[in-house]
Amino acid sequence: MSLTPEIPVIPKIKLDSILNVVSKGFHIDKRPLLNYRSIEVNKNVAPNADSSVLVKLGHTQVLVGIKIDVGQPFPDNPEEGVLIVNAEYIPAASPSFEPGPPDENAIELARVIDRSLRESKAIALNKLVIIPGKKVWIIWLDIYVLDHDGNLLDASMIGSMLALAQLKIPYFEVDPVTGNVKVDKSKRITSLPINRYIATVTVYKIGDVLLVDPTAEEEAIASASLSISVSEEGNIVGMQKRGLGFFLEKEIEQAIEISLNKGKELIELVKKFAL
Amino acid sequence: MKLSKPQLIVNGKRIDGRGPQDLRQIKIEVGVLKNADGSALVEIGGTKVLAAVYGPREVVPRHQEQVDRAIIRCRYRMLSFSTLGERKSPAPTRREIELSKVIREALEPAVLSMQFPRAAIDIFVEVINADGGTRTAGITAASVALADAGIPMLDLVTAVAVGKVDGVIVLDLNEIEDMYGEADMPIAAMPSLKRITMIQLNGVLTPDEFKKALALALEGIDKIYQLQKEALRKKYVEIEE
Repeated sequence: MSLTPEIPVIPKIKLDSILNVVSKGFHIDKRPLLNYRSIEVNKNVAPNADSSVLVKLGHTQVLVGIKIDVGQPFPDNPEEGVLIVNAEYIPAASPSFEPGPPDENAIELARVIDRSLRESKAIALNKLVIIPGKKVWIIWLDIYVLDHDGNLLDASMIGSMLALAQLKIPYFEVDPVTGNVKVDKSKRITSLPINRYIATVTVYKIGDVLLVDPTAEEEAIASASLSISVSEEGNIVGMQKRGLGFFLEKEIEQAIEISLNKGKELIELVKKFAL
Repeated sequence: MKLSKPQLIVNGKRIDGRGPQDLRQIKIEVGVLKNADGSALVEIGGTKVLAAVYGPREVVPRHQEQVDRAIIRCRYRMLSFSTLGERKSPAPTRREIELSKVIREALEPAVLSMQFPRAAIDIFVEVINADGGTRTAGITAASVALADAGIPMLDLVTAVAVGKVDGVIVLDLNEIEDMYGEADMPIAAMPSLKRITMIQLNGVLTPDEFKKALALALEGIDKIYQLQKEALRKKYVEIEE
């Protein structure tokens, strides 16, 4: 069952001072409301993974890794490869995270990322077919939150997009008699075919102010958030409202404008990192 | 490539004969369960969803209680035979876990939980038959059930999906339109207060299409809102007489 989460006590005590700073147009770390914190990426941090990226967004750290395998396609999509996204909030990342299977927040995050990637056709799954209807590439994209200082979804999307862009498909041979696929991961020639880059921009509402990229403290007192995934063509490719509060129609329009602008910046940045 | 996508719009009519801006037939029944403090059954086209509310009541287990408000607990699930095709395993799926959260967060802004510290309000949404729009029917039903349970709210919450099929923005998608359409966007709002409490987009829309879709959703929500109020009035006026 899904139940109302408890607001941690420290941000609750600091509520007035955070509201005060935010109403003046700044984050508590003195950034303007619509600026992201510094974004840093380390590539190939887990060499055994087929692709891995560590994203640091301020003090938030998210590790994204990919394993690619040969497997069967879904029966309703026999001529497409498979993408499976999973996310885990490890207990090392925050005193409020507990060990155990992914909770509703982790599941929601993974599903929002999955839907945005899938619906935007960001990766060309139709080019990941080895034997139509029988053998396709399966991409396991796993997101681990290592340190939680707010805005996990945006950081996770940056990491996911970058990890996918880094992914090289291993060399393989199909045995003409048995139809078995032999994979040699020591040789990699082709990159994963990417149709378009996307980014997720989450707009948070604190009081009646809209902002992006809050720290964990700010996030804890935000009444609601709206995550908007945008493509490089400027389309909206996914959306999810989260939190106990609400948005007015006007605020949603503002949030979309913000995410189209910020999304463009994030996509440029991810493309630069991908080089 | 999906298997044989049917043509979804023929001569401006949808696959079930509706125009793009039409809702399906809707039926709302209040107080369908004896034991629950509040309950409602919503039928919208082939979709049939039951919602039950218990509470405000004592929180078990105790550690979940919050000193300054009631907690809201919500479970959305689909009965094992509710979908077309194979039997659905009764174990909770990732989708059901996400939707339980999404439905709870759609209802939270309306409920005056601060009036019941240390209490729990439990909402159970059971999908009896699924033909698209089960989460939105669930929210519509749950808010009526909350009102039926006498829980103070700022407004009812009403939900409907909009989407894009064969390039046309349409209201209240059914299962086939959801499966083969280009976009599906469930929206929930508190209609009198014009507050949007849930929005999800699964698919691709241009910013202009989005604006159009949102406006269409809010129109649909207003229509369903009238039916919700009518259903509630009907039950309580009959009792008074």
